[in-house]
Amino acid sequence: MESVFGSIAQAPEDPILGVTVAFNKDTSPVKLNLGVGAYRTEEGKPLVLNVVKKAEQLLINDPARKKEYLPIVGLADFNKSSAKLILGSDSPAVLENRVATVQCLSGTGSLRVGSEFLARHYHQRVIYVPLPTWGNHLKVSHFGGLEVKSYRYYDPTTRGLNFQGLLEDLNSAPSGAIVLLHACAHNPTGVDPTLTQWEEIRKLMRSKVLLPFFDSAYQGFASGSLDADAQSVRIFVADGGECFVAQSYAKNMGLYGERVGALSIVCKTADVASRVESQLKLVIRPMYSNPPIHGASIVATILKDPDMYHEWTVELKAMADRIISMRKQLFDALTARGTPGDWSHIIKQIGMFTFTGLNAEQVSFMTREYHIYMTSDGRISMAGLSSRKVQDFVL
Amino acid sequence: MGGSVKMIQETLKLAYGENSESIKDKRIAAVQALSGTGACRLFADFQKRFREDSQIYIPVPTWSNHHNIWRDAHVPQNAFRYYHVESRGLDFAGLMDDIKNAPNGSFFLLHACAHNPTGVDPTEDQWKEISNIMKVKGHFPFFDMAYQGFASGDPERDAKAIRLFLEDGHSIGIAQSFAKNMGLYGQRVGCLSVLCEDEKQAVAVKSQLQQLARPMYSNPPVHGALVVSTILDDPDLKNLWLKEVKVMADRIIGMRTALRESLEKLGSQLSWEHITKQIGMFCYSGLTPEQVDRLTSEFHIYMTRNGRISMAGVTTKNVGYLANAIQEVTKSS
Repeated sequence: MESVFGSIAQAPEDPILGVTVAFNKDTSPVKLNLGVGAYRTEEGKPLVLNVVKKAEQLLINDPARKKEYLPIVGLADFNKSSAKLILGSDSPAVLENRVATVQCLSGTGSLRVGSEFLARHYHQRVIYVPLPTWGNHLKVSHFGGLEVKSYRYYDPTTRGLNFQGLLEDLNSAPSGAIVLLHACAHNPTGVDPTLTQWEEIRKLMRSKVLLPFFDSAYQGFASGSLDADAQSVRIFVADGGECFVAQSYAKNMGLYGERVGALSIVCKTADVASRVESQLKLVIRPMYSNPPIHGASIVATILKDPDMYHEWTVELKAMADRIISMRKQLFDALTARGTPGDWSHIIKQIGMFTFTGLNAEQVSFMTREYHIYMTSDGRISMAGLSSRKVQDFVL
Repeated sequence: MGGSVKMIQETLKLAYGENSESIKDKRIAAVQALSGTGACRLFADFQKRFREDSQIYIPVPTWSNHHNIWRDAHVPQNAFRYYHVESRGLDFAGLMDDIKNAPNGSFFLLHACAHNPTGVDPTEDQWKEISNIMKVKGHFPFFDMAYQGFASGDPERDAKAIRLFLEDGHSIGIAQSFAKNMGLYGQRVGCLSVLCEDEKQAVAVKSQLQQLARPMYSNPPVHGALVVSTILDDPDLKNLWLKEVKVMADRIIGMRTALRESLEKLGSQLSWEHITKQIGMFCYSGLTPEQVDRLTSEFHIYMTRNGRISMAGVTTKNVGYLANAIQEVTKSS
């Protein structure tokens, strides 16, 4: 019988995840994967944090542990701890119960639930995303029911922030428009505003009543300090205004595949937060009913225990430090080799990614000739480099 | 984005058969999904995207979240008759009528076994007739199978309807859940599969399903899937699972018998045959909302107001109390 889906065309590979697919097919012994944003050790291996293994062991050993459904909003302890982590445990918003937090499927899930909520309940359907941004932001916003526009962000000539352009574009956005902000370690460029610049952005956004939607995927992973990496979010919350924050534990706790994240909506009053939470449930139920228990339990276990929390901050800093050290080594190697051009952006940029400045053809060349894999926009994952490989890469 | 390959392979064998030709010929597009809900939602989104003009026919009644799922996917819904109130069984004539009257090539949501909330399933012969008429009309059957193994205690038996449809050459879709039959509720493990014409099409469809998952959650959670694949991949563990799922199913079946017998012993004038005729976790008791309210306020017994009793909540310790309470609120009717 002829299929009702007979006319369906094969979809192209995801531009980011597809790099790893191609890499895996490559049989060259010198191949290098600088594509997907997952941390790798100096030996090029994925890392499960020791504190995560400890937490998992505790969960397994607990005879009272059940696998019942979580509530639609997820694990309560996890939600409370997550809000405190990003907003600060002394944040007035937290203390005044003004934050509606729901456990979601990592950053992607938090962004999608937030977008769908906004599409249903907010008076503006436009979201402004930085140019460039993580590719999936466009899809998530679109499928969530929002119209996507962009604001200038990256300046290819300086390989830094186009601050003027950013301010101009946000200034001309319609009142109430949603603005997607990368809390730290902008993906894919690694270019972040300074705190002073963030303050100016905040003032402008509040004066135009623009709604901030933070994507916080690298808290602690960027600078090595959880508090420092949360500053952008916190200055917005400190002014008493409202905002959305999507949190991910994929990178900073290495919980990638467990899909752990949270969406927090900071509201003016506790009453509003309560009503907002009730509506979030109606978005979530027809999507997947309730979130997965395992990863969130690991996070809650760690965040609630002072010793484990401390242990986590140490391991987190080690990961961040290795990335920062790779940046330095790459920069030094390029300089030593006398490679033409200014490579200082490699150490100025922050987080997992560096925008090399290579164009699509050059990227193709790198892959064909040297079996070095990266996304076609020239973004490399610093996590994929090691001291050994830096030399190969530079050559 | 498609999830655990190992888990998917073993999961498909459960639904399509250990020696399924469709699996051997690689004709099935399958992705790991967020339990049954996630599988249904992914299919609904897929249906919306690639068959924009289509609607979904949903049985009356059904699990309430089915309505939310297809609504949020923006797929218009239609109803087909299913539950027969007077007999507390299947409205087979109404069902067949509605299938016949639906425009050719319609999409139908079918509960593969242990219909939720009624516990009323078609017999094998009835399934054969449903399959026939659907073939003639060119309808697309989408099975929600949330209780394989949990209904009769035998996963092969619970997949009978699906196997019949496969024998008849239908293209089908299936949402599978491991929430109940492996007790993995909170882990959110399931699978969405679509049977295609050939391998090439299966690859295409799978790629499109992944494209729909990417802007929703990127990739599915790994933990529960690992548990499932570890169990299904190991013959000893799989056997242990089959034993344990039978124990669960048998306890439910035992409670059905106990409840019915208790009511009959109390001298109830009503027929409680349906308690043991229905199958799966739920019993559509036939209690009215008012009677349900009385059960709650007078006896502290909680159930949904459509009279649906979760038999899993019944134990040898409380079945007497429950029977007594039901007798009390129904004895004047």
